[in-house]
Amino acid sequence: MKYIDEFRNRALAHILADAIAREADRDREYRLMEFCGGHTHAIFRYGVQALMPPNVRFIHGPGCPVCVLPTGRIDNAIDLVEQHDVILCTYGDMMRVPASRRRSLIKTKATGGDVRMVWSTRDALQIARNNPHRQVVFFAIGFETTTPPTVVAIKQAAVEKLTNFSVFCNHLLTPAAIRSILAVPQADEPVAIDGFLGPSHVSAIIGTRPYEPLVEAYGKPVVIAGFEPLDVMQATRMLIRQLNDNRAGVENEYTRVVTREGNRKARALVDEVLQLRPGFEWRGLGRVPSGALQIRAAWSEFDAEQRFPVPEIKAPDVRGCECPRILRGLKKPTECKLFGTACTPENPMGACMVSSEGACAAYWSYGRFRTGSEVFAA
Amino acid sequence: MCLAMPAEVIAIEGETGRVNLGGVQKEISLALVEDVQVGDFVLIHVGYALDKMNPGEAERTLARFAAADRGSGE
Repeated sequence: MKYIDEFRNRALAHILADAIAREADRDREYRLMEFCGGHTHAIFRYGVQALMPPNVRFIHGPGCPVCVLPTGRIDNAIDLVEQHDVILCTYGDMMRVPASRRRSLIKTKATGGDVRMVWSTRDALQIARNNPHRQVVFFAIGFETTTPPTVVAIKQAAVEKLTNFSVFCNHLLTPAAIRSILAVPQADEPVAIDGFLGPSHVSAIIGTRPYEPLVEAYGKPVVIAGFEPLDVMQATRMLIRQLNDNRAGVENEYTRVVTREGNRKARALVDEVLQLRPGFEWRGLGRVPSGALQIRAAWSEFDAEQRFPVPEIKAPDVRGCECPRILRGLKKPTECKLFGTACTPENPMGACMVSSEGACAAYWSYGRFRTGSEVFAA
Repeated sequence: MCLAMPAEVIAIEGETGRVNLGGVQKEISLALVEDVQVGDFVLIHVGYALDKMNPGEAERTLARFAAADRGSGE
């Protein structure tokens, strides 16, 4: 496909790998966090780590909205189905995520709950139109990329007076999460990161400007990278060059989509309908200040948290699961006791195994037999 | 989760577009983008066009990859 195949070209990959090997300084480490699960997936699927010199290492970040959503919010969604008899629409990614008491949305569906997997908020609206006598709740998750489509659906529901439609809003904000990774006090398991591969499609919406204050405050370079393997490699090279020159700036590799300002129309729509949520727990990162969005009071008619009782549920993670540390780059999946034994993609215990973008699922799918190779080298 | 696929717009009707995703046609919303024409490539995410693809920048990026063997291509 155009704009995909060219960015997976093998010959160009080797040119970039050679350039990185030449330019990387052998006497130092390059510990680069790819924030996004999409990058983690690309790095493993295309064997990008194996093309890097041993001192250039990727640390897998928490940029997978499915992985960082706290268990209690999934419990809330299941309760909406079981206690309030709603039709719950959700993206497929959420279906198998473990909730408390060994529940999940797919098990809820199997036992008769009306959970429907949708491709788009447009499908959720259609389900609401087709079922005027049922309450239809859209379980909205995702970063800035996925937020504008939710907002368009809320506005469309208002236009059509679809009073049986509401949104359970769990949208999260990326720059706040990067800040919370960097702001961890040194005494508390400091994260050793030299630079960041920045998000692709989050940045398509928000632009590169929101990363500038982060780079200024913490002095770690950020390079916005596309999700294809050559994009990851070129962005890695740009980070290496910045680190070699002792520079820290925001640079953009993904110029075919991302601009400094982002998508103004989408941002304006989001601002109109959503606002910052005061405090929201991320799995693995804890409470992230300014890390999530909620529906503004003016649109509360379409807010599932106003329409139904949605209590804050504190749900402990599975004992022994290292997801919280893995999400902060402090542990590798193979250092978790549950990895590959109790916890597999077929029967995930922790969130990093559920989504194909999670670090554990990536290790399991693409790297579990490569023990001792550079893939697992610490 | 944030994956988005580039697809060519082949028809537009109001805020709805039809795209060709590697041979598969899909109806998508154009509510988030401005000034899209038939023939433009847009990034598709959960049934919405997120942004337009800039073909000139795509060419320049590929040229930078190819130039990496000469030590340039920043």
